[in-house]
Amino acid sequence: METMRKERIDRGVRVRASGLYAISSWREMLYLMGPPLALIIGVILLPVILELAPYWKRVINIMCVYALLALSFDFLANYVGLVCLGGAFFVGVGGYLSAIFNVYLHFPVYLSIPLATICGAFICTFLLMPCLPLRGVYFAIVTLMYPLLATRVIEALDILGGTNGITGLDSLPNEYVEHYAIILMTLFFLYAMRRFVNQDVGLVIRGVKDNDQAVKASGISVTKMKAFAVCIAAFMGCFGGAYMSHMYMWSGLSMFALDFSIIPMASVVIGGGGTLLGAIIGSFILVPLSEVLRNFGTFRIVIYCALLTGFIVFKSEGIMVYAMRKYHQFERWVKV
Amino acid sequence: MEIIIYGIINSIILSLMALGFTLVYSIARVPNFAHGALYITTGYITWILLNKLTGFPYPLAIAIAICVTAVIGALIYRFILIRVRGMEISEIIATYAIGLAILEGLRWGGLRGGTFTLPPFISGSVQLFGVSVDYQRLLIVGIGIVTFACLYLFTHFNRVGLALRGIAQDERAAMMLGIDSDMTAIVSLAIGSGLAGFAAILLLPLGNIIVEVGYNVLIFAIAVCVIGGLGSWGGTILASFIIGFAQILTEAFLSTHYQMVVALFAIIITLLIKPSGIFGKQKELEERV
Repeated sequence: METMRKERIDRGVRVRASGLYAISSWREMLYLMGPPLALIIGVILLPVILELAPYWKRVINIMCVYALLALSFDFLANYVGLVCLGGAFFVGVGGYLSAIFNVYLHFPVYLSIPLATICGAFICTFLLMPCLPLRGVYFAIVTLMYPLLATRVIEALDILGGTNGITGLDSLPNEYVEHYAIILMTLFFLYAMRRFVNQDVGLVIRGVKDNDQAVKASGISVTKMKAFAVCIAAFMGCFGGAYMSHMYMWSGLSMFALDFSIIPMASVVIGGGGTLLGAIIGSFILVPLSEVLRNFGTFRIVIYCALLTGFIVFKSEGIMVYAMRKYHQFERWVKV
Repeated sequence: MEIIIYGIINSIILSLMALGFTLVYSIARVPNFAHGALYITTGYITWILLNKLTGFPYPLAIAIAICVTAVIGALIYRFILIRVRGMEISEIIATYAIGLAILEGLRWGGLRGGTFTLPPFISGSVQLFGVSVDYQRLLIVGIGIVTFACLYLFTHFNRVGLALRGIAQDERAAMMLGIDSDMTAIVSLAIGSGLAGFAAILLLPLGNIIVEVGYNVLIFAIAVCVIGGLGSWGGTILASFIIGFAQILTEAFLSTHYQMVVALFAIIITLLIKPSGIFGKQKELEERV
């Protein structure tokens, strides 16, 4: 029997579109610009399209919050090499801070969200500082503990509203501001991060993951780089939290819930780790799914975990890498 | 006196919780975030056997539950972890996801509220130096010490145990001597999960079987392991005494709510001062960048 093998070849249009001459033809330009434009325009038009289904309009906001969290997880895990098992901690810190600013100190919304984001990022970085000079599982362990502990401490000391949470936050001015604040921030962070990881600083940060000895030998402090990266990731998480507390006009213990840790993780693995865009696509798939499965309660977490483990074991490249391959290349069987 | 006696009991309890985790980490180099889930699973299986099948003997139920947990542990390694071995990020995510799936699955499956309890082995209590201690706690101390002794003997005077230690010390050298690395990892996960189950059987009669206990056990196990030095057994026992007494002292002078906070502070102080833990000499260079 003659043996066959699968051959993968770049599509002609990809090769043609790789040089400057791409701008001389609409087809090549569409090939290059089509997918990103479709994503951007699609996401921006989403609130308008979903006028038809008002129930799902709320989901857009939550979807984008999760997308931000997934982006921060993807950045930390696949570019810095730190596995953050407690994305919920970032959300909780951001949410509670903006509640404090808004309710206790009477700052308006447009001041409390940015302030909470920046302060939250610094607080999270400071609290995670002890485990940053170390390699290995310590970061995962400490981030796993913080959200669980934060709930216990708030419950036990009965501070910050105790189990009831802080109520009475100002809402965002109107529905469209609410949608577009988060959608534009998500798109901004997506492209900012994609650019960032290819800058000089980004290269050093990737060096921390791949070869920290080399980074150290170049006279750059690994700990400082890691702290910087954690600060950026926490920034995204805290923004999500601060936004969400204003969206619900409430900040409570469920800000530290497991969902905020596990769904971003699952969306990164499903979407394709290390692509950044994959993280967003993953959460755009998973969050509506979770909305459909609302009746199942905590069984949803079981589903995510099963999906997560399945993808890690059998399809670790994720949707995004798979789709990119199909888009750029074609496959055929050839004789050996 | 009360502080000393309950401190010792609490320390033994903590080290029982942590033993399985540290064993798995030292041999398979996998942080088993499913530890707490396996702990609760054992308790739940025992409860089902005892309450759904009337007249089922308690010792047999315990044996079956521990065996099932050990098999689950081995299967987790054989079918999932073996495929992501060496990829640290995937290992952590996979074990964490499995643990969460088990715990939240149990919660969904009806494990809520205070209706799930295991009977103590022997009820009643005794006066010890003027402090009343119930028999179950005394039994925990006794069995705990026997378990440590058995583990010591197993790892020092048994072929399988020696192979486990060999892999833990130097994987390549051990493989050159014909020790199968994957097989020992499966065995270590089975034993580690079995130990988690064993601890569950001993400790769960003191309280209710609830999902939150799973998370607590995981956190305490991790705290003890980090402070003692990840993968060091002597360190684990010493660290559990440190945390155990610290917890009892805070409970006596402050309030019970601070138990978790004590564990976290202990971890952070350890990471700041001596990241490799009390006894973690050999890995010191590797962990500091």
